[in-house]
Amino acid sequence: MEINLEDVFQQKIDDEIKIEPRDWMPEKYRKTLLRQISQHAHSEIVGMLPEGNWITRAPNLRRKVALLAKVQDEAGHGLYLYSAAETLGMSRDEMLDELHSGKAKYSSIFNYPTITWADMGAIGWLVDGAAIMNQVPLCRTSYGPYARAMVRVCKEESFHQRQGYEIMLTLCTRGTPEQKAMAQDALNRWWWPSIMMFGPNDDNSPNSAQSMKWKIKRFSNDELRQKFIDITVPQAELLGLTIPDKDLKWNEARGHYDFGPINWEEFYQVVAGNGPCNKQRLKARVDAWNKGEWVREAAVAFAEKRARKESGNIEAA
Amino acid sequence: MNNKEWPLWEVFIRAKQGLNHKHVGSLHAVDAQMAVENARDVYTRRMEGVSIWVVESKYIHANEPSEQEALFEPANDKIYRHPTFYVLPEELNHM
Repeated sequence: MEINLEDVFQQKIDDEIKIEPRDWMPEKYRKTLLRQISQHAHSEIVGMLPEGNWITRAPNLRRKVALLAKVQDEAGHGLYLYSAAETLGMSRDEMLDELHSGKAKYSSIFNYPTITWADMGAIGWLVDGAAIMNQVPLCRTSYGPYARAMVRVCKEESFHQRQGYEIMLTLCTRGTPEQKAMAQDALNRWWWPSIMMFGPNDDNSPNSAQSMKWKIKRFSNDELRQKFIDITVPQAELLGLTIPDKDLKWNEARGHYDFGPINWEEFYQVVAGNGPCNKQRLKARVDAWNKGEWVREAAVAFAEKRARKESGNIEAA
Repeated sequence: MNNKEWPLWEVFIRAKQGLNHKHVGSLHAVDAQMAVENARDVYTRRMEGVSIWVVESKYIHANEPSEQEALFEPANDKIYRHPTFYVLPEELNHM
């Protein structure tokens, strides 16, 4: 009897058996994952930039150590994800090349500027909040190394959101009217881009069905977006802030909040490279890579010297 | 040295004394010492470990996934290796 590898593969997925690096997998599964995991890794790395902007200007030491630790976590998350992606057969340098050449995408949210301190609060609360909503189901994604990386990421991510919300809470409940206005302004600017982080509507998301069948994704973009909105509205009320959506209303029949139309034109413009900071972000990454070249070379030279010295000692002994 | 990627290392962490080292992920480093230092920063930022092992990935040898059945199936029908295979009187309580 002839065994169809693709059927065996799908059966494993249906039985909730994880796929591991050396198992047979359809080429399209490998490519889809490679694209998703590497984009995810790039997002963590580029995601350090908007917040890095405020480390030297954090209002006090407590805020500064927290922000530093958060940005360091993001570097770590990028590294977990790059190594998960490498198990699918693409080298780290190839992935970085794709980022630096603009071929690979990263989350569009990081192409918006961070113009006030309240943006650190809004990012932690909304951007990390949306990321958590996306990432928690990925802890059960069908590819083993990706799922394991996401478990680590999710464990660390919850502090990110809490520290952001605490910043907002301080501005709104203990701040001056100007500080509260600054928090409202940050919410106004970050709300819609955060909502867009879940990606296009389900009927405009052509690869979603296959990803769901392969259990790479467990929930659709629209399901996650609705869940995020339902959870976040009461959090905004607690802060005494107004979500910038005049159509936002509790729908008793649906048991969910209704919300207004999303400006997808803006989303596609930012994805296409025309957001406020696309060029700046990419340039920062390319510069960091190029300026770090001598460090990478020096590290190799030093390791070689150390190895020579050690083998010299062995010969002498 | 241009465009030469640093070797890949697999990282194993002992979470606390008394437990075995467990694989946690991988990273790039020029040599073993740097791999340990990087592993500390990447994998133990929250007291996840008290000991780190690193081994260059190329030195890990594994069975082929295609050998799965030949290697592991023979154990399936050897239920007499498990304690529950043996039927004993209830009065015996704990054995």
